[in-house]
Amino acid sequence: MMGNVIVPAGLVTLLGVIVGILVLASVTGYVLQRRFSPQGDNEVIENLNQRIHSWWIMAILMGVALLGGRTGVVLLFAFASFSALREFISLIPARRADHWTLALAFFVVLPVQYVFIWQQYYGMYSIFIPVYAFLLLPVISTLRGDSQGYLERVSEVQWALMICVFCVSHVPALLSLDIPGYEGRNVLLIAFLIMVVQLSDVLQYVWGKLLGKRKIAPNLSPSKTLEGFAGGVLSATLVGAALAWMTPFSVLQAAVLALMIALLGVFGGLVMSAIKRDRGIKDWGHLIEGHGGFIDRLDSVVFSAPIFFHVVRYFWSIS
Amino acid sequence: MHREQHMKGILQRWSAVGVGVLVRLLARLVTAARPVWQGIEPLPKQRIYYANHASHGDFVLIWMTLPPRMRAQTRPVAGADYWQTSAVRRFLIEDVFHAVLIDRRPEQRQDDPLEQMGKVLGGGDSLILFPEGTRNTGDTPLLPFKSGLYRLAKAHPQVELIPVWIDNLNRVLPKGEIVPIPLLCTVTYGAPLALEEGEDKTVFLARAERALLALSNSSDPSAREGTQ
Repeated sequence: MMGNVIVPAGLVTLLGVIVGILVLASVTGYVLQRRFSPQGDNEVIENLNQRIHSWWIMAILMGVALLGGRTGVVLLFAFASFSALREFISLIPARRADHWTLALAFFVVLPVQYVFIWQQYYGMYSIFIPVYAFLLLPVISTLRGDSQGYLERVSEVQWALMICVFCVSHVPALLSLDIPGYEGRNVLLIAFLIMVVQLSDVLQYVWGKLLGKRKIAPNLSPSKTLEGFAGGVLSATLVGAALAWMTPFSVLQAAVLALMIALLGVFGGLVMSAIKRDRGIKDWGHLIEGHGGFIDRLDSVVFSAPIFFHVVRYFWSIS
Repeated sequence: MHREQHMKGILQRWSAVGVGVLVRLLARLVTAARPVWQGIEPLPKQRIYYANHASHGDFVLIWMTLPPRMRAQTRPVAGADYWQTSAVRRFLIEDVFHAVLIDRRPEQRQDDPLEQMGKVLGGGDSLILFPEGTRNTGDTPLLPFKSGLYRLAKAHPQVELIPVWIDNLNRVLPKGEIVPIPLLCTVTYGAPLALEEGEDKTVFLARAERALLALSNSSDPSAREGTQ
């Protein structure tokens, strides 16, 4: 299997750049810890180092998946969807009558969606959850005759599937795009999307910590500031432009797409924060040390992936 | 003949270890169970962990969230009537989990459960105990405690009593369902409890129940602490 996979030009360079950034981050974190938190008592620095540690793990997993080609990427994102769905469903007050609905969501809808993604069956993966799951799962929820909180129950399950499975699966769906002159290099589109989204998050955090004063959404996301937002989104746009070499886009196109991705990422963060506030929690889970849960790390990807996918498909892809 | 039995013993031991790893992996996949040590440290002291009981998998969650060294010295107390009904269950409960099997039918049993548990404590191991005596499938958070906890506390004053609240596992597999739903579970370990001089049985049991219930509030998902 591995023998057939051809590593596209640019991927190795990119992985080298990522390792370089992470080495720099680790060294910075170490120096900060030595100078300001030798006893481990500065929470911001401790959290920063936990985050950098988790970034290494995520980057390594991502790198292995990208090198492994389609199967690797599909498996990685299927697992991310599973973990995210587990976090989302944990928060909804589903009733006994929804037991089979939830079982189907986990053990049928999720795997089937990723099989379609793996088959690159656009006609099905783009409608399976919004149409088939949307119509059929509520039917299962009626079978036990419990109508209390019915509309909320079925909408919460549908939202969980849209966010955690449908949207997340549009990252590996990028592999199915057919862009003339870009054959065999689609994994780099994934790398482009993930790099821009995640660096945008990191840069917003850094700009916010350095200059942040005016809060944008004090009720939803108290740590978000105007300075962090503007600095993060603009520098993410520059990052996107600088990554144009590995995409089918010109430098200007890459910058515009990166701006779009970063903005959607911010919106995704806001929407997912609103859900967290509604449920009275700070993080979705605890699986990623220093970051919270899978959804905390994926919230900006969730919103940007499907739209990035469709924009690229509309303007660049021939199928 | 002797050699054959020896081989069989080794095979059984290794398959028990393998199955133990598998059970932990599966339980991790379904529940991502996370220990919360609240007012207590995971130290290798001799302890009786007493927990709420809503599912047959309860002790697995305690067992898997204990550090490996402590896990090897901690034995769940389980009902023989449920676990001895098939060869698979017997293999799981005896070889994989090294449980102390007690007969819950006083009129039929030959061994005294307290004596069995006392023997394990005497050997230096810790216990996992469900003082409600049976699975709680109703709407009340806890069933009234049986007196075993009090009698153990009285007979073994050197052993720490640790309340352990298992959160969410009852939603993973509600009674009568066969397919588990993956949901995040937490296992909250609370501050140790000790029987006071001359404390009455009912007073002590009520105090033990309150200590356990207090953990249920703090492990409520709406009160979970985060980093951001």
